[in-house]
Amino acid sequence: MNELEENTAQELSDDMKILDEHIDSEYKWGFVTDIESESAPKGLSEEIVRFISAKKHEPVWMTDWRLKAFRHWKKMEEPHWSNVHYPPIDYQDISYYSAPKSKPQLNSLDEVDPELLKTFEKLGIPLEEQKILSGVAVDAVFDSVSVATTFKETLKEKGIIFCSISEAIQEHPEIVKKYLGSVVPYTDNYYAALNSAVFSDGSFVFIPKGVRCPMELSTYFRINAQETGQFERTLIIAEESAYVSYLEGCTAPIRDNNQLHAAVVELVVLDDAEIKYSTVQNWYPGDKEGRGGIYNFVTKRGACRGKNSKISWTQVETGSAITWKYPSCILQGDNSIGEFYSVAVTNNYQQADTGTKMIHIGKNTRSTVISKGISAGNSNNSYRGLVRVGKNAIGARNFTQCDSMLMSDKCGANTFPYIEVENDSAKVEHEATTSKVGEDQIFYLNQRGISTEDAVNMIVNGFCKEVFNELPMEFAVEAQKLLAISLEGSVG
Amino acid sequence: MLTIKNLHANVEGKEILKGIDLEINTGEVHAIMGPNGSGKSTLANVLAGNGGYEVTAGEIRFEGKNLLELDPEDRAREGMFLAFQYPVEIPGVSNATFLKTAINEVRKYHGKPELTPKEFLDLMRDKSKILGMDENLISRSVNVGFSGGEKKRNEIFQLLMMNPKLALLDETDSGLDIDALKIVSNGVNIFKNKNNAVLVVTHYQRLLNYIVPDFVHVLYKGKIIKTGTKELALELEDKGYDWIKPDLIEAETA
Repeated sequence: MNELEENTAQELSDDMKILDEHIDSEYKWGFVTDIESESAPKGLSEEIVRFISAKKHEPVWMTDWRLKAFRHWKKMEEPHWSNVHYPPIDYQDISYYSAPKSKPQLNSLDEVDPELLKTFEKLGIPLEEQKILSGVAVDAVFDSVSVATTFKETLKEKGIIFCSISEAIQEHPEIVKKYLGSVVPYTDNYYAALNSAVFSDGSFVFIPKGVRCPMELSTYFRINAQETGQFERTLIIAEESAYVSYLEGCTAPIRDNNQLHAAVVELVVLDDAEIKYSTVQNWYPGDKEGRGGIYNFVTKRGACRGKNSKISWTQVETGSAITWKYPSCILQGDNSIGEFYSVAVTNNYQQADTGTKMIHIGKNTRSTVISKGISAGNSNNSYRGLVRVGKNAIGARNFTQCDSMLMSDKCGANTFPYIEVENDSAKVEHEATTSKVGEDQIFYLNQRGISTEDAVNMIVNGFCKEVFNELPMEFAVEAQKLLAISLEGSVG
Repeated sequence: MLTIKNLHANVEGKEILKGIDLEINTGEVHAIMGPNGSGKSTLANVLAGNGGYEVTAGEIRFEGKNLLELDPEDRAREGMFLAFQYPVEIPGVSNATFLKTAINEVRKYHGKPELTPKEFLDLMRDKSKILGMDENLISRSVNVGFSGGEKKRNEIFQLLMMNPKLALLDETDSGLDIDALKIVSNGVNIFKNKNNAVLVVTHYQRLLNYIVPDFVHVLYKGKIIKTGTKELALELEDKGYDWIKPDLIEAETA
């Protein structure tokens, strides 16, 4: 084992250790992906869309789909209804394809921003991994394709497919064709159309009928995610009675030269099946004065197509200069359940407009929304949520709770709940609170020997507890640390 | 243990304490009594380092250290404990997490190893029994959903858990019925020994039947106007405060 694997292995659960050994053996066998670097020129045109598709050796149907999306996108207007502000984006000034490892390469960690290194240290990220994250040249880099391959071995027996979307397009075109765009059509919104035209890569998961995925599936690799981050496309399908828990993202702050990120995630759940989707988002938020940082405009939506199906979204959003996303559930099957648990933290000049949409179509459908917004510095944090109960959704129920916590006098918190009910038998509850992190609470903890910084962390983590409880254990611990770092020095 | 000299303090620019002198030695129980607005709670809060109170003059030494130079958390780590008049709620933070952090912070400060989970749980069980508290309290959020009396009881529970050198009890008796008062007082009496000290701030003599003071000080308009023994408390219960108020005495004699 080289140092990289040794360090990462320490953090891994037993499942992950098995995986790690696989990676190790892959490398022994010289399994290395082609890392020939090549970027598309700036700008977006049919040629560029064709170029991307060709680079990925896609079949004609895929190229056509991308082109249709592109043509539709050209006719669309960029939306401006959210409560976020940013200078106009020049879509012709963006490069829409860059092959892996096109990030600037540094020779050693000494050349990396010391602030970033401090953060890595606090998160306990191993040295080798730090190098990879900050773009320092390392001996071995494993990428998403090889990782997916090793997972496949373990999961194959169960008939589970977990691979990159690019690979799925090649290997499982029938499934991709059937479901891609079926939850978020390319006509859905401006960024979904853009993503459909130019998506770089992402994950594909298929859990066949009656199978419970034995491990948490994770993009896990804080490492490889950087290459697919810009226009990521994820598709997860759980057939009848299947179950999967999927973890996305990473707690390490990732810098990226691409300012605009527009991902699309689609989930499809059939009868009695369940998908649990957890996200920790920590893209570069910009500096203390609000310069730089990622614009994260994401479309995430799940369809509970079958009866008794369930989708649970849990997200911890601390990164990005602007976050604009609404993981949603279409509750089509009778008795289906949608859940949304969210913690969104904004500091300095970050802006977040996030929430969910719960669309009740089937009978006795239920949804729960728990949103915790924390604003510090000069930031602005909005919850925006829609609960719609259709005519036939007899007995539908929703409970929504939105709590906001303010850490300074200059930050803002807003709640925009939209409720549309077309059915008398529906029960929709909405609760909202706003509080300021209390001087009296901090003093109380101080008086028991706890420092102000630890006191704030304790109060904030307590505030977010209902959401953290929904995260897988390891993720929850990391999320708590992350929150502490994001809010460092914001009080007192 | 604690020496206060000529202490002056303001709240929102208004002078509340106007020259307090007080000496507390180990093994002693002191009671501060006085009418509403005399500055009793201010004194307790100033000692604990509450940022809402500004010390304008005077000196406080605690265990040989200049207390006014210490942050509130360091005062706590040095062994100063305030049982709050109005304990705050901290949603989502369990009593176990909170107390474990608190105790270990103090231990760390004194170069002692952290308590193991077992040691901590044993301690928690022991002390909660003394106060007749439910064991499920361990997993409940700090003070959330507690009645006024339960909150006060929880303060004394924390006192026993943290075992400080000096306990400041700020109106711990308010809002307690007689049974709760007995339980809470019993907790304080179990805490008290020859190596620590207690300062009780109270309105009523009632509490002092159970926590018997060595000294009783009467605070009036920001100054200690009379010091006596437990008999003074009884006298105050009987006669009220007017007979010792200096301005009233002056008015009468004038």
